[in-house]
Amino acid sequence: MTSTATKPRGARARAAIAAKTLRTDRWWFAPLITVVGLSAWVIYATVRVFMHKWFWVGEFHYLTPFYSPCLTERCGAGSAHMGTFLPDWWIIPDAALTLPFLLLFRLTCYYYRKAYYRSFWLTPPACAVPDGHKAYSGETRFPLLGQNLHRYFFYAAAIISLINTYDAIYAFHSPKGFGFGLGNLILIGNVVMLWAYTISCHSCRHIIGGRLKHFSKHPLRYRAWTGVSWLNVRHMQLAWITLGTLALTDFYVMAVAAGWFNDLRFIN
Amino acid sequence: MGTEPKQATGKPGAKRQFRIWRGDETGGDLQDYTVEVNEGEVVLDVIHRLQATDAPDLACRWNCKAGKCGSCSMEINGKPRLSCMTRMSTFEDGETVTVTPLRTFPVIRDLVTDVSFNYEKARETPAFAPPADVAPGDYRMQQVDVERSQEFRKCIECFLCQNVCHVIRDHEENKQAFSGPRFFIRAAELDMHPLDAKTDRKEYAQAEMGLGFCNITKCCTEVCPEHITITDNAIIPMKERVVDRRYDPLVWLGSKIFRRGQVPQTSVTSGHSSGAGSTGAADSGVHSHSGGSHDTRAERQAQQGVNWHREVPHPTAPAVDANGKLPLTELTFDKAAAPSPFGDDVAFPLPPEHLNFAHPQQDEPKH
Repeated sequence: MTSTATKPRGARARAAIAAKTLRTDRWWFAPLITVVGLSAWVIYATVRVFMHKWFWVGEFHYLTPFYSPCLTERCGAGSAHMGTFLPDWWIIPDAALTLPFLLLFRLTCYYYRKAYYRSFWLTPPACAVPDGHKAYSGETRFPLLGQNLHRYFFYAAAIISLINTYDAIYAFHSPKGFGFGLGNLILIGNVVMLWAYTISCHSCRHIIGGRLKHFSKHPLRYRAWTGVSWLNVRHMQLAWITLGTLALTDFYVMAVAAGWFNDLRFIN
Repeated sequence: MGTEPKQATGKPGAKRQFRIWRGDETGGDLQDYTVEVNEGEVVLDVIHRLQATDAPDLACRWNCKAGKCGSCSMEINGKPRLSCMTRMSTFEDGETVTVTPLRTFPVIRDLVTDVSFNYEKARETPAFAPPADVAPGDYRMQQVDVERSQEFRKCIECFLCQNVCHVIRDHEENKQAFSGPRFFIRAAELDMHPLDAKTDRKEYAQAEMGLGFCNITKCCTEVCPEHITITDNAIIPMKERVVDRRYDPLVWLGSKIFRRGQVPQTSVTSGHSSGAGSTGAADSGVHSHSGGSHDTRAERQAQQGVNWHREVPHPTAPAVDANGKLPLTELTFDKAAAPSPFGDDVAFPLPPEHLNFAHPQQDEPKH
């Protein structure tokens, strides 16, 4: 056989290029804003979760998603729908059964993984920029092997989205009965976005149809997969949008509960 | 450095600054050039102009100039790109354009690198396994079933994804265990193929191709000149399929209780060495290769019929004319078409006894 291929001559050297990266664009900008954005959100959320107040507007039934479902003895009348069996200790979040799963859902999310691997862990900070570690084993061993559990946190997140939906519907209330205000719009918007983010999850895309070998034998699942795939392309945007809507919803409920401003009411 | 070329006709182009890495495996550095650039040109055009003027010995690999052959991969201003698809108009007028060879692979000379790592990994990737009960020619597939796989067939094997992937770009020691994004899309393509009969591609991808090394930072997708959504459509689905098999407690429990769906944790790999010598016979009839660099398993492989020292037919010389040259044109040559790069004595498909392959389930009892 004639071969024009270069004959291997054992281990050969790479090109000796002194510069670690020759990129001239602002490659550091994306990891930087990711660090700033995620850090700001985590700080806000941590403060709010351990604040233990201003999470419930009894008049209009507004409950912030950070405290849903409220399970401690601190939860006021009307804000707890699943019992208040957890003790009143400051270190226990009021939504102690849901927040860890939401955190793990986002922590193992394929988009957030990209975001924090790049920006916090620098593996790599940007494409064709050397990563900041001497050795690298990726997701092959503990603890990062646990990223494979994403789908179970997706199941949990879907259940939690149902609870948030209940909260948003329950909030159509006023002292006169039915009520509708700006807070409702914010709560509903938040829930819609949470559903979009949850359903656009890569694990969901796999479960709903991606795992099939023959789409032609499962036309309904194929259609569902097509829909989820359409959303999945926007998973990154939805990840950031939901961080925004969560913070906005929480802040709005906090502000109304604290009396910083009044809810803008459209009906009752 | 360099003279300033004059354009023969038409409007003279602007002079632009280039820095090009010159050297070989013993060392090298970036050298400056001032070169004329005309409207509509791409980086590869400028490199060709340099070859025609200042740097006739500048080595560069290229072929189609249409972004379809995948030959002219290099790094332009630090970004892995096809030089034939990188327009000069995307740079500022005063900007110096830096061109370097791919960093991940050993350099041969100047902008040419030895990408044989990828060919080795290609050999290690199990090929399409024909279904047992369908004869060749009787394959029938619905478009909806092959659509996903078709996206991955767009790959032109420019190896930009392999080059940019930090798993091997920044950690040479991972090369043995990691096949890279190009071969993850191959694995996904075949795992999603409606007629592929191989059932353990997921386990193989995780255990032997190093799928777990990928931390989905999506640089492969970013650099793909064919815009294949490598991460979202191939790697993540493969990771999820691995979860189905290996990390799903319900599936694990079911397989324990019902003793089904248990696939061995793959045993395919190989000793990969060159040379000729002792003879042996492979009895595998499946179309696939196994190759690689795990010498410790060579003995086991030999027991399974793989023999990297098999005597192969002696290669024939290329079909040259009376002067010992390859023909410039078919018109003046005595053969009807261009000579085969493999030699005229090689017929495809290759006979199975010339293949080195050990099926992972080869040692399992037949049912």
